[in-house]
Parts: sequence; C-alpha cells; structure tokens
Amino acid sequence: MSTRSAELLMAVGLLLLSLGLMWTVVTDELHIGWVEGRGPGAGVWPFWLSAGMALASLWTLARWFRGATPESRNKAPYIDSQSLGLVLISFVALTVMLLLVQVVGTYIATALFLGFYMRFIGKHSWRTTASTCVGMVLLIYFLFEWQLTKYLPKGMKAFEDGFLWIDDFRWQYLM
Amino acid sequence: MLDIATLLGAGLLQAFEPLNLMMIFVGCLAGLFIGAMPGLGSVNGVAILLPVTFLVPPTAAIIFLAALYYGAMYGGAVSSITLGIPGASTAVATVFDGRPMAQQGKADQALTAAAVASFIGGTISVVLFTLFAPPLAVFALKFGPQEEFALMVLAFATFIGLGGDDIPKTIFSILLGLVMAAVGFDIISGQPRMIFFDFVELQRGIGFLVLAIGIYGIGEMLWTLENTKGDVRIHAVTSTWKSFKKNLSHVREYLPTTALGSALGFFVGTLPAAGATPASLMSYGLAKTFARDPDSFGKGNVSGVAAPEAANNAASTGSMLPMITLGIPGSPTTAILLGGMIIWGLRPGPLLFTDRPDFVWGLIGSMYVANFVTVALNLALIPLFVRVLAMPFTILTPIIFILCFVGVFATTDRMFDVWLMLLLGLGGYLMRKLNYPVAPAVLAIVLGPLAERSLRQSLISSRGDVMTFFERPISLTCMLLALALMIYPIWLGIRRRRAGSASGTG
Amino acid sequence: MKYLKTLMASALAVAVSAPVALAEWQPRKPVEFIIMAGTGGGADQIARLLQGLIEQKGLSSRPFIPINKPGGSGAEALRYMQDKAGDDHTVMMTLNSFYTTPIIQEDLGVDVTKFTPIGLMAMDTFLLWVHTDREDITDLDSYVDAVKGAGLDWKVGGTGSGQEDSVLTAMMEAAFDYEVTYIPFPGGGTVAKNLIGKQIDSTVNNPSEQLAFYESGDSKPLVQFTGERMAAFPDVPTARELGVDIEYYMQRSVNGPPGMSPEAVEFYTNLFQTLFDSAEWQEFCVSDGLTCDGMLNGADLASFHASQVEAHKKLIAQVGAGAITGE
Repeated sequence: MSTRSAELLMAVGLLLLSLGLMWTVVTDELHIGWVEGRGPGAGVWPFWLSAGMALASLWTLARWFRGATPESRNKAPYIDSQSLGLVLISFVALTVMLLLVQVVGTYIATALFLGFYMRFIGKHSWRTTASTCVGMVLLIYFLFEWQLTKYLPKGMKAFEDGFLWIDDFRWQYLM
Repeated sequence: MLDIATLLGAGLLQAFEPLNLMMIFVGCLAGLFIGAMPGLGSVNGVAILLPVTFLVPPTAAIIFLAALYYGAMYGGAVSSITLGIPGASTAVATVFDGRPMAQQGKADQALTAAAVASFIGGTISVVLFTLFAPPLAVFALKFGPQEEFALMVLAFATFIGLGGDDIPKTIFSILLGLVMAAVGFDIISGQPRMIFFDFVELQRGIGFLVLAIGIYGIGEMLWTLENTKGDVRIHAVTSTWKSFKKNLSHVREYLPTTALGSALGFFVGTLPAAGATPASLMSYGLAKTFARDPDSFGKGNVSGVAAPEAANNAASTGSMLPMITLGIPGSPTTAILLGGMIIWGLRPGPLLFTDRPDFVWGLIGSMYVANFVTVALNLALIPLFVRVLAMPFTILTPIIFILCFVGVFATTDRMFDVWLMLLLGLGGYLMRKLNYPVAPAVLAIVLGPLAERSLRQSLISSRGDVMTFFERPISLTCMLLALALMIYPIWLGIRRRRAGSASGTG
Repeated sequence: MKYLKTLMASALAVAVSAPVALAEWQPRKPVEFIIMAGTGGGADQIARLLQGLIEQKGLSSRPFIPINKPGGSGAEALRYMQDKAGDDHTVMMTLNSFYTTPIIQEDLGVDVTKFTPIGLMAMDTFLLWVHTDREDITDLDSYVDAVKGAGLDWKVGGTGSGQEDSVLTAMMEAAFDYEVTYIPFPGGGTVAKNLIGKQIDSTVNNPSEQLAFYESGDSKPLVQFTGERMAAFPDVPTARELGVDIEYYMQRSVNGPPGMSPEAVEFYTNLFQTLFDSAEWQEFCVSDGLTCDGMLNGADLASFHASQVEAHKKLIAQVGAGAITGE
C-alpha cells in the first residue's frame, strides 16, 4: 500500500469513526442541544466535537484530492518494506505477551517475551539473554510486587498457586 | 516580615534534625526512582507509602511524603528524556524536546537542564510560598467555575502553534483528545456517555496515562523501529566532569524561560483543581510562543525541557498551599497527602497555620532542604541514567514494552487499560506516519474534562447566560489574555511577511 | 549432598508446616481493598486510615491494598465485585451509592443484597451549611424564606447527580416545595471550598468536610439530618425537632463479593471488629462527627442493607430519578 492510498484510507476511516461517535451520542439519548437555564446538555460536548472531527476529516479528504498534502503525492510504500517485518514482529510479540499474561501470569510472559526478542531478533548469546530475563523478572518483582505492593496479574489458578508458593518464602523469611 | 523570618528559621532548624533530614534524603531518592518508571508518578508513590508514615511523628511523615513528591517530579523527567515515555502526566511536555535531545546525543545536557530548572522552579516557588501564603489562599477562594474555565481557555491559547503544519490534521487531533476525555460517566447529568460495546470499564473514562503511554511508549517505539530499521542505538553519551561543567554553563540560555515557568507554575499550582500538569503544558506553550526561534521547539531546544520542568516543580509546591490553608487538594497527589494529614490527627484549614506552626513551618523548611537534596542526587545520578541509552535496541525495546505494560497496570489495576493502551498506541503510530500530530490529542485529554465541567458548572450557575465569563474580573482577565495570545502569532506572522516583502527577499 | 538434603527437608517443612501453623483462615495474597469513590474523599480517607491501622497493629499476614474504582458513581466498583464472586481476597469500602447506583442504573445487573456483609464501621451524618456572612439566615425558616425569595438563583453545591447529597437535596425540595439550581463538583472538599468562596449559596456536607471552616468561623450549620443532636453540634437542631420529616445517613460499611467462604468472612469480621474497637478508630469517629455506636455484622448488616435498599427505592420513586440526575 502506498502512502497516498493510506492517507485516503485513514481519512475515510476517521470520518467513519467521527460519524460513529456522533451516532452513539444520539442513540444514548443524550441532550445535544442547549437546555434552557442549564447550558449545554450532556451530549453537546461529544456530539459537536465529533462533528468537528468529521469536518476536519472531510477537509483532509478535499486536500487529498487536490494533492495539497505531501502524503497524497507520496507513492512510496506506507510502511517501509525493509522494516515492515520488524515492526510487525514486535507488535505481534507484544500482543502475544499480553495474552500470555492472562494465562501464565506476568513473570513467565515477560520473561518469554524478553527472551524471544533478545535471542531471535537480537541474536544475543543465551547467556546474556537468560541473565537479562532473570534480572528483569527480579526487578519487576522487587520494585512493583514487593516495594510498591502491587499485585500484578498472575494468570490461571495453577500458575497463581505456583507463584503464591514461591511468594510465601518472602513473607516467611524476609519480612 | 520579621515573624516570617523567625518562623522560617525554626522550620529550617527542624528540617535539619537527624530524623527529618534522613526522611528528606530517603524520600527524595525513592521519589526519584518511582518517578523515573514510566507511568508511575508522585500519586502512586505517595499513595503507596502513606501507611509507612504511621510509624513516625506527623512532621517527619509529611516531610517524607513531600520529599517523595519532589523527587518524583524530578524523576518524571528522567523517563521522558531517556526512554521518550512521560514518567507521569506532569512530564509530558518534557518529552517534546527532551526526546529529540537524547536522540541527538545530548541526553546529559537535557537531564542537567531538567534538574537545574526543577531546582530553580522549586526554590522560587517555595520562596513565594513563604512570603505570600495567606493572601494567595484568599485569592484561590475567589476561583469559581467561571475562572476555572477561563483558565482552561488560556491554557488552550498557549498551545496554539504546538501542532504540526497540517491544519486540518491538527484540529482533528485536538478534537479527538477532547472527545476521548468525555468518555465515561458525566458528573453533571449522571449519565454514562460513549460506553462502547457496553464495557463497564469505560465508565471510568479513558485515563490520560493510558493514552500517553500508548502513544509515546508503544507508538513512538514502533515508529522508531521502522525509521531506523532496527538500528536504534542512540548516541551513547559519555558523562564526565568536564561535560558536566559545560552543561551547567548552558544555564544562561534557558534562565528566562525557567523563571517565567516557575512563577507561572507556582500560580497555577495554587489554584485548586488545576495542578502541575496544566502548569507544565502552559509553560511550554508560552516558552515556544515567545521564543526567538519557535521553530526549533520540538526538535531539541533546551528551553523546551527547562520550561515545563521548572513549572511542574513550582506547581507541586504551589499545590501544597490550598491543601494546607483550605484543606482543598490542588492536585491528585495532594489529595492523598490531605488524607494522610487527617489520619495523623491534623485538620488542614484556615487555622492550621496558627494552631500548628511547628508542622507548617517544618514542612516549609524541609521544602527548601529537599530542593537541594534532589538536585544534588539527580545530578549525581545522570551518568547512571544516560547509560540506559547505550543499551542495544534489541534489549531496550522489549524492556520499554514491558515497562509500558507494568506501568499502566500498576496505575489502574486493570488489564482492560493495558489493552486499550496497545490499541491507542497502534492507532497513534499509524496516524503519526501520515503526519497527524499526536501531542495535541494528549494535551486535550488532560484539559478536556476540566474544561467541559467548568463550562457547564458556570452556565448552570448563571442559568445559561454566557456573559458570566466576562462579568467577573479574574475570568475576564484570563479571557483577554487568551485572546491576546491567540492574536499574537498571527500578528507576528503578518509582521514577518511585511518585513520579508519590504526587504524583497520574499 | 548432605547440604542438599537439609535444604530439601527444610523446604518441605515450610511447605507442610505453613497450613498447620495457621489454624484459622488467613489471606494468602495481598487483599484488594476496593473503594467505590475517588482519592481524597471521605470513603478514601477512611479506607486508608483502616489500612494504616491494619499495618500498624499487624492484624493481617498480607497487606491490604486500597484501590479506587470511582467510575460511574461506584458502578465500576460494584460490577468489579460482582465479577469477583467467590473471591476471598477482595473487600470493599462502601457509601450510599452502594444502594442508589444499582437502582438508578438498572442495566448494571448488580444485586447488593447478594454481597457478603462484613462490618458497618460508621454512620456519617449530613448538615445543612451556609456561609457565616449570610446574617439574614439564622435558622431553617429564614433559610427556606431566602431560598424561596431567590428561586432558581439559589445555588446548591454537591458531589454529583445520583450521589447522597443530591438525594438529600431532592428530598428537601420536595419537603419545602421550592426548587434550586444544583451544581455538581468533584468531591466534598471542593464543594466546601466553593461555599466559602461564595460560588454557591448552600450545601449539605458531611461534618468532616466542613469542620475546618466551621471552626474558623467561615460557615455555619443550620440543621442536622439525624435522629438526635450530635455531641459535636449540641446547638444545632435536628430536622425532626423542627417538624420536618427528613432523617438521612451515609453508611460506611465493608463488604465482600458474593459467595465469600465462611472462614474468610469470619477472619475479616474479626479484623474489622478489632479495628472498630480500637482507640484510634473511636477517636476518629468523634473528631469527624461519625456515629460509631456498635459494629453491625453478619445477618444484622444484611438485613440493614435490605431495609436501606427498600428505603432508597421508595425515596427515588418519591422524588423521581429525574430529580436526582437533574435531567
């Protein structure tokens, strides 16, 4: 996809988004007019500002047709093909990590993600990879779980129990 | 005047007691590190460490928390500059120029500027605090919804020119931020608004940090990955004594903006409900508007780092004023400090100054000391912070992603917000590539709720009469200032064009 | 080898002995202490005070972590608790939106009588406040006259449509047959400040929110909406004494999600009973004008909730949900 078509697609997409926002305000039955003696109703702010978004998108579309924006004259690919793979793989890996967080918990998921990224994209040695992963997990545990008493997601019951078993040592011996 | 001097002297002596001095030191250090984590700011630090303070006397406790608050303000800049992710909402404006400076290999210079500006901001405002606390408290009371709205208009006026050169796309970005700010429960009518797909989580609204971390953490990182084809290694900076002295010598460049930002920050901070975030944004906007070279802002201008940092530290001191004198928090962090004071058996309010001078002046004295401690700690730690930039991208990138996730989760305790952050980050990246500026959306989502609420409160109380904004002196002044600020760039443009055509260079 | 054996044995001992040592139920992970309101408000202050006391007295083997879920007048918190059904590590600090929010937002799908009652820590009270400079207003009658004279120009500040004070304001409108302009602010502290700054004319604040200004002589209470006069305000008449049938309290109770295990309920009940009886809590009650006569728990609290839900349903039907939400 060229940058030129991407700009068209984005402008149309954002126009639809704006119209959709206006639509939700109307279907929620919020006041979009002036309520006498009370000023603007609950829907005025989102409705008319979304309308403004729609107009701004139309303006961008008009500029696209006239070729006024640099992007509309740019035939180069929207995402550079050389780095598309890298961007895509980073994003997918991140998404998978967040999914894993809900299954196996924060610590295993972040270690897997970091390990994958360092070993297969960065081609770092196993030693560097492993020590960074362990260091990161310990850092998160120490800073967030321990010092800031945040209970990070632990995933499914079995993994949570496993974590709690380990965590018991901290309560038993270190506090 | 003499009274103030004696009381302040006693307060300073109190700050130098061993226990209190230790509290200041530990508080500043802890705050610095909490603030430097993406997402975590002074609010989290103070909320989380509040229970610890039940073990020490109230004065030591508030000193500890105030030092933490200070430290976190300094720390926020560290993450903004080195990682490009705002450490807290107060440090968003620091990203605008701090990040480009780091990419140009001037991270140490940016960090030094941030520390020095924070120190100046903090010190100026604590002096103002000492001298003018009671009259300013009276002034803060005069601030009703009308004045709040006028202030928001003024804040928006300072942002003109922050966007890119594509006008419709800038407008779109601002409006998108304002609309996102309206998602959730409407406090005025009590109705839920724009709850997409009936996600009950959206009733709380879209958090500012979720958007900011999504756009600056995820979106910017993807953008950088693409543009550098993975060769992200930012110029490693060597931090030596010589470079340190050289960095300090740059102070003169940003001294005027720092002074302006400090005064502005203190003033905005004292107003209930405003807080440090609008203060730092306004300070950045003003610095850009009145700079000799506005075009260099956003591309690594050291004044663009100094202005918001001076303002947010000044505002953090300023927001203590309504808390102590009125019992009204000027920022989310002071709201929690306020809770702490009540738990310690102190009742903030007009009588606290006379009832418990030891407490109030001990706190003020410690603010002076805390400023020195934090600036020293911060400058000493700069070599450590810049080492982050020397990491290869295949380590730094995944670590930043992990910190984004943990940072968002730690602030809101919901996986929902983490997914929202990912989605907004992706959207921000795709839009950014098409020259949609993202900063205006981030600014708009901060000020949107304040602006809408105060607008509607004012109109309800005037029963729909718009003139209410122009009939009250403070509100009128803000409105006129805003108008002047909006006209100024246009006038400047016309004058330049005239000058250009007159000299025949076009 | 011997070293490894010892290590294994001791690890095993820890694993086995842990449940034995704790005969009664103890939390195994940090307890989420949900607050159905924002930071800095009354509920938040109380929750953080209780958390601090738990820590200080070492009452729990795991810390309590206060988490604010203020979305939608507590709707977010209620749904969160509902989805946590059966969880033994979550408790919630509630206020009256515990009752009103599910009634006003019918599609929320939350039945609070199914929640696990743990302990009623206090009843907060409401008073009617005006600025001291209003010398023409000395009692309820002159107040009603002033309001009627001003009509819709009379501005009452509150913490948001659907919140307790908006219910009370609607009740007063019905009782005295006048109409006022209700302006919502984010939080009771802001309301108090706006009264002192004369941005609004009157408010029904909790005592804790006005106390500092009352002591400095900036605001004065006219009526208290309690059964009997509070010790902190002996000279202020109750509405009942003046022949007006309004009595309204804000409950501050701790509740668990539906289906909490009995052992956990026992643990939390004992814990909050200890807190309730502590000198620190009783002192706080006195200084903040809270009523803390005895802690209701278990079945008593359940029937209290049930009766409050009914009372609020009646109230909302009486004044109309529209009068509360302001549309």
